[in-house]
Amino acid sequence: MALIELNDVRRVYDLGEVKVHALQSVTGKIELGEYIALIGPSGSGKSTLMNTLGCLDRPTHGSYRLDGEEVVTMSRDQRAKIRNKQLGFVFQNFNLLNRTSALENVELPLMYGRKLAPRERRDRAMEMLSKVGLADRWHHHPSQLSGGQQQRVAIARALVNHPSILMGDEPTGNLDSKTSREVIELFRELNEEQQITVILVTHDQNVARNAKRTIVLRDGKVVEDTEDFVLAKAALDNDPLLPDV
Amino acid sequence: MSFLDTVRTALRALLKNKMRAVLTVIGVVIGIAAVTTIVSIGQGATELVSGEFEALGTNVILVLPGQTRHGGVRQAGAPTLTAADSDAIGDACPAVLASSPIVGTAGQVVYGNENWNPKEIQGVGADYLTVRNWKLEAGGFFSEGDIQSSAKVCVIGQTLIPKLFRTVNPLDEMIRVNNVPLRVIGILKKKGANMVGDDQDDVVLLPHTTVRKRINGSPLDSVHAIMVSARSTNQMAIATRQIELLMYERHGIGPQEEADFSVRDTTEIAAALGIITGTLTLMLSAIAGISLVVGGVGIMNIMLVSVTERTREIGIRMAIGARGKDILRQFLIESVVLSCIGGAIGLALGTAASMATTMLINAYKPGTEWPMVVSIPAAFVAMGFAAAVGVFFGYYPARRASRLDPIEALRYE
Repeated sequence: MALIELNDVRRVYDLGEVKVHALQSVTGKIELGEYIALIGPSGSGKSTLMNTLGCLDRPTHGSYRLDGEEVVTMSRDQRAKIRNKQLGFVFQNFNLLNRTSALENVELPLMYGRKLAPRERRDRAMEMLSKVGLADRWHHHPSQLSGGQQQRVAIARALVNHPSILMGDEPTGNLDSKTSREVIELFRELNEEQQITVILVTHDQNVARNAKRTIVLRDGKVVEDTEDFVLAKAALDNDPLLPDV
Repeated sequence: MSFLDTVRTALRALLKNKMRAVLTVIGVVIGIAAVTTIVSIGQGATELVSGEFEALGTNVILVLPGQTRHGGVRQAGAPTLTAADSDAIGDACPAVLASSPIVGTAGQVVYGNENWNPKEIQGVGADYLTVRNWKLEAGGFFSEGDIQSSAKVCVIGQTLIPKLFRTVNPLDEMIRVNNVPLRVIGILKKKGANMVGDDQDDVVLLPHTTVRKRINGSPLDSVHAIMVSARSTNQMAIATRQIELLMYERHGIGPQEEADFSVRDTTEIAAALGIITGTLTLMLSAIAGISLVVGGVGIMNIMLVSVTERTREIGIRMAIGARGKDILRQFLIESVVLSCIGGAIGLALGTAASMATTMLINAYKPGTEWPMVVSIPAAFVAMGFAAAVGVFFGYYPARRASRLDPIEALRYE
């Protein structure tokens, strides 16, 4: 059984007069320990797919099994629980709580999960912060940290509940190239050393190249799903609306 | 999320935006302070009004002898009431404040070469002044001992002074009532006319035993009436009932038999007073309600703004696993904490304000003794109301927060 099984997943936004087919029909599997980049032009549906995989959104059609459990029929609370336990999110703009220390930010998922003593919660959050190399900055607020540091706090927060999947929505979008490389390196380490499944949405080809498997989306459909980045790049550059050069 | 964590999160969120928290609290403070002050002053007013009414005698109950029946012939004014009945009523009925026997007589009062026919010459008990809510201007009143010994003493009303004494101080002077010499031991305060226009100050009060034995020369131990005052106008009905039951028992009257006494009260006036105080209370409640609603709407406004402002925070919390319930609770607790803090401050301020107002009223209008009423249950009710306002007006914004779509919330700028 694969970790993620998608079967004819569709997402239609009903905007009254028009219906937007953000995902036309997506079928596929993702195994535990994979490192996947989702790429595609704007409006290709990669964010929608990401939100669906991240249990933030529900497909309007089809089936999505995560670890054998059907997500489509789950209630809001059940999906919240899945997000808390099995998924970790990293965002382009970090999405840390303002005026809240790095440590408290990392502790947050533990507060919404199963009950832990405050002491244990602190220890686990501290441990995660040291793993991302920020143990000495635990009391700093996001505004007192650099972009790269903030993203590392966000990664620590995403991982503190030991999820099986780490999802990134343009995680390097707001970082300079040097810190981007550091963050990419961190993703690779987590994937290789801890067998965490990493799924990233990205525009950055350097990020995509680093992944082991690349899924290319266009107009809500998967147009390429390959482990060879050259093929993925070709699919991405091959815009059917543009005349061939 | 555990309750304690939720509370801590809520408190932290409030501390992060102190200005907003303070402004919200001020709204509630004003609301609760207004309620406390208005209720306190209003209760003072109610008490004052009731007090004034009681001074008019609205809480007075009269027990009169009934008609006795001898072989089918009824006879009015039979000597069925005794001073012992009066004492028993005063002692045994919990709703009765005081009780005094009344023995009437008529006659001429003579001092030196002046004489006067007072409207009333009454023999009364030691508690008569309490019953009538009457005070002495000077001197004292006769004691239980004076009554036991049928002492030759009296207390006179204001009307008699110019008629008999002119410039002489009446205290300790000897007057004669129907040729019985009596020493004046006290002077009553002016009470004015009663509701039917009779001058109430045209009176001489004596121990009822003195009237009975020395003036009327009656061999019987009976009194003409028993005057009773209830503890308050509200307790008139209860007091009346208690007196009736006691008297049935004392006089051995069975359920089928005709009573040899009757109990009269001033129900009409009591009902009027009930309407006045009821209206006051209603008005106060309405004003208090409006203040609370104003405070509550303030909380709701701020909470709605807060939810909008923190949409992204809510999105983040949801993305990492907060359930709608967790968000709802966090915002609800925030608003309850705000309103409770506001409630506590408002209560303190309101109490201080009502004390100050009471003092001002008493200082600027001498003669009024506006009572200071700070009721502990009212304080608890106010606090409870503050919390309820927090829940009621915090619920809608909190629910809105909990229902946000996580994706949209995360995207919110």
